[in-house]
Amino acid sequence: MLTKRIIPCLDCDLQVPEGRVVKGVEFKQIRYAGNPVELASKYYEDGADEIVILDITASHERRGTMVNVIERITENVFIPICVGGGIRKVEDYTRMLKAGADKCSTNTAAIHNPQLLTDASKVVGSQAVVIGIDAKRRYVEEDKDAAQGKNIFDTNQGEVWFDCSIYGGREFTGMDAIAWAQECQDRGAGEVLLTSMDGDGTKDGYDLVLTKAINDNVDIPVIASGGVGNPQHILEAFEIADASAALAASIFHFNEYPIPVVKKYLKENGVRIRETF
Amino acid sequence: MITIIDYKSGNLRSISNSFKKIGSKAIITGNPEEIANAKHLVLPGVGAFGTAMENIEPYKGLIYEHIDDGKPFLGICLGLQVLLSSSDEAPRVKGLDIFKGQVEKIPKGRKIPHMGWNQLKQVKNCPILDGLDGESFYFVHSYHAILDDDCNLSGTCDYGIDLTASISRDNVFATQFHPEKSGVPGLKILKNFVNL
Repeated sequence: MLTKRIIPCLDCDLQVPEGRVVKGVEFKQIRYAGNPVELASKYYEDGADEIVILDITASHERRGTMVNVIERITENVFIPICVGGGIRKVEDYTRMLKAGADKCSTNTAAIHNPQLLTDASKVVGSQAVVIGIDAKRRYVEEDKDAAQGKNIFDTNQGEVWFDCSIYGGREFTGMDAIAWAQECQDRGAGEVLLTSMDGDGTKDGYDLVLTKAINDNVDIPVIASGGVGNPQHILEAFEIADASAALAASIFHFNEYPIPVVKKYLKENGVRIRETF
Repeated sequence: MITIIDYKSGNLRSISNSFKKIGSKAIITGNPEEIANAKHLVLPGVGAFGTAMENIEPYKGLIYEHIDDGKPFLGICLGLQVLLSSSDEAPRVKGLDIFKGQVEKIPKGRKIPHMGWNQLKQVKNCPILDGLDGESFYFVHSYHAILDDDCNLSGTCDYGIDLTASISRDNVFATQFHPEKSGVPGLKILKNFVNL
């Protein structure tokens, strides 16, 4: 049977030639976790099922640096690699794939130009087109007008809908995340990388309501992201929300919970994971 | 020396990197002469069946000759699907027809694409699968191959239904999964292929 995937995420600052992996607890407090090429190799050897590499500066000028980083990583890492940040044109997809990546994730550029997903999936195939959705809870009680026509879900804190954000959470679109995910699927996206903006960086766990809501409403696989603090959170993403994959960064970077420890825990709790590698 | 056919499809660099990792030199080429001289020929493939067949057209004769000469041939992912007679993905386009059968959409009721790591169940002797029964490999596909003749099926995987994971006949081998993205077991398959 298909196993659940564990995906470490490398948030990269590409303003230095080799790139460096960043883990900001908050924006002001940036910590460096290491070199992306070395960390990717380590995670590969630890049994990561896939690696996501995000250019957090998301600047077009850094494309060359990203290509370089991908080329070096894929010399020794033989698992799928997904690249995100600064993917704006079909040529960005083809360039990253040529460097050795398998998929590209895009968020802001797809919201500004949804046709990008249609065009990219025709050229590189749906399997390489990942839609990044950064969603935030909006409470119906606080703004009933904004909630009109949205998909509403019950939570412990009251009724919510999910608002898509762009520019790494700095701007909100007022677009319903469920409807957007469905449109992306129809346009040819092959996977959703779903980040909870409420959960991101909190270590309180994934937003399971959000993850389940998206997962139940699309046929393509969903990667849960944002908020993971321990292996139990990953178990919940699989057991409660039935996500296809779980993404995490800091719990791996600082060796709080190395990948083998997480996989062992999941296995003991009945989750199908890839054990031999 | 491994020859990887460059027909403008997908992630060729990863495939040549993985051969390099196991100590084999690989070239990526669209040059007919180099392809004609190949000892081990690899047909990669990512994307859509119709476009792939269009791009493969100039190399069709070379592929048939290589196979008829009894030299080792490996198709990967879409490079497996194009070996069949036809595909629902492009109903009017003919496949290479090296294996009789159809490529069909994976039935609804599960996540599509079938994306991630799934266990190989070896169903017949096949030299490239030696020692790899039960190992996990990386799959990503929305269509799956259905052979007319099961005796060419070498491996399956369970996705609610049995999917074709690998096929083989004599010197022709193909995997639906990506050995170049499947860690150590994937490299082992390439090693087995190189040793043929």
